[in-house]
Amino acid sequence: MSDAAVLSIRNASKSFGERRALDGVSLDVRRGEMIALIGPSGSGKSTLLRSISGLQTIDAGPGVIEAFGEPAQANGKISGAMRRTRTRIGFIFQQFNLVGRLSLFTNVVLGSLGRIDGWRGTLGVWPKETKLAAMAALTRMGVADYAAQRANTLSGGQQQRGAIARALVQKAKIILADEPVASLDPVSARRVMESLRDLNRQDGLTVVVTLHQVDYALRYCDRVVALKAGKIVYDGPPAGLATKQLIDIYGPEFEDVFWEGAPQ
Amino acid sequence: MTEAAADIASPPQRSLAQRAPDLLVWGAVIVLLVVGFKPVEMGHVTKLFTNSENMRQFGSELLKPDFGDWKLYVAQMWLTVQIAMWGTFLAVIIAVPFGLACAKNVSPTWLQQPMRLLMNLLRSVPDLVVGTLFLVAVGLGPFAGVMALAIGTGGVLAKLFSEAVESIDKGPVEGVRATGAAPLQEVIWGVIPQVAPLWTSYALYRFESNSRSATVLGLIGAGGIGQLLFDALNGFAYQKLSAIVIVIIVAVTLIDLLSQAMRSRLL
Repeated sequence: MSDAAVLSIRNASKSFGERRALDGVSLDVRRGEMIALIGPSGSGKSTLLRSISGLQTIDAGPGVIEAFGEPAQANGKISGAMRRTRTRIGFIFQQFNLVGRLSLFTNVVLGSLGRIDGWRGTLGVWPKETKLAAMAALTRMGVADYAAQRANTLSGGQQQRGAIARALVQKAKIILADEPVASLDPVSARRVMESLRDLNRQDGLTVVVTLHQVDYALRYCDRVVALKAGKIVYDGPPAGLATKQLIDIYGPEFEDVFWEGAPQ
Repeated sequence: MTEAAADIASPPQRSLAQRAPDLLVWGAVIVLLVVGFKPVEMGHVTKLFTNSENMRQFGSELLKPDFGDWKLYVAQMWLTVQIAMWGTFLAVIIAVPFGLACAKNVSPTWLQQPMRLLMNLLRSVPDLVVGTLFLVAVGLGPFAGVMALAIGTGGVLAKLFSEAVESIDKGPVEGVRATGAAPLQEVIWGVIPQVAPLWTSYALYRFESNSRSATVLGLIGAGGIGQLLFDALNGFAYQKLSAIVIVIIVAVTLIDLLSQAMRSRLL
């Protein structure tokens, strides 16, 4: 692992029955990078992100995942320290995964669960600074007006920005975003992508985002990693992704993966 | 025309082998009904008509309810409702932890299997038996009735609660987990908000049915309107019996309406 790597994946594999979702993937993520993970459906993008956060295990064997230089999982088992590690990794989901019946505000203060006293988090007695941090995060994401509303009454874009606010309250150093814009309309999608890039540029957060839309990967990210059938087939700057590589990754219908038109 | 008909596949037909299980089930139901005809004395159905004079007499007494003791009836009915309230409340207290412990997606297998067995046991012991058990322990009175309802309803609610938990969306739970929350916090913030409306609805529904069950508990001396009901029945005081039944019907109907209104607001 290089000195500056905040995430290090070594030879990770994951099978679902016969299908190999990850096939010996190795990847280093350096502090402050903004990386797009692209690839066709079922190529293993989501599996990789979920494995890093310990939301699922990788196969037993030589595969190792480290976060902040500490083991996150090895030999198919999630490390006992993963819960502490998770507090520094914010996760953004395609379906937002806010708790629908709770207010947006409550959802955002939940970001502090890993950091505040256990009894406070369990009983919902949030410290004053957590409440202030939640409102500051909601304001920054432009959804403070909806703080008191139930999350399930909000639009997808508002919910996703709330989810990013939750990661802010978490004081995450790394943001893993799994198809964060796949369920959004293009306008909301751009706002969410700009928010992620802003967190990367302004706050120096490391961002790894899986994307269906290759044009978004090219526009917002400094490094693109492409997966195909569980293997990394491209790792480099967006500029290196010529038509030939895209055909390799997606097949001849590669134009379909551009949302706002393929580059000429 | 004939050519076209040849192209069209014939409508699906189920073979005898496919229909056999259905036929078997229906056949078994019919056989069981025939076998049961004699033991339940279904032959006595004719007596409904030959002895109709007795029924008419009983009915005419019922049509003249005697509300002389209405204050007592209302007070005892209120006691019965209170037994149902406390019984259901304690049942909920039992059912929340046990319901979570029985749910596949929350509880580990080593805990979940024995808990399911325990809850099955609680459910399957009749309330009257549990009530008698507590009568022996704490003596005659409403408390035994409360405990009987709490145990039986606790078992039923635990099962319903755990089924609600098993049908939740796991996304929000993962969202809470990803913040570094402890397992208990995942349950409190990720699971409970999702099941709260259904849980409340089930608890209210059980309260409705416990208001009826609490009446029956009067039979074993657990107090309340049931005791008056059985006294009247045994003393052939049919006019009083009629008044008591009317009080019960009115009270249970009111509780049903109230709890239905509350449940429809929840969902």
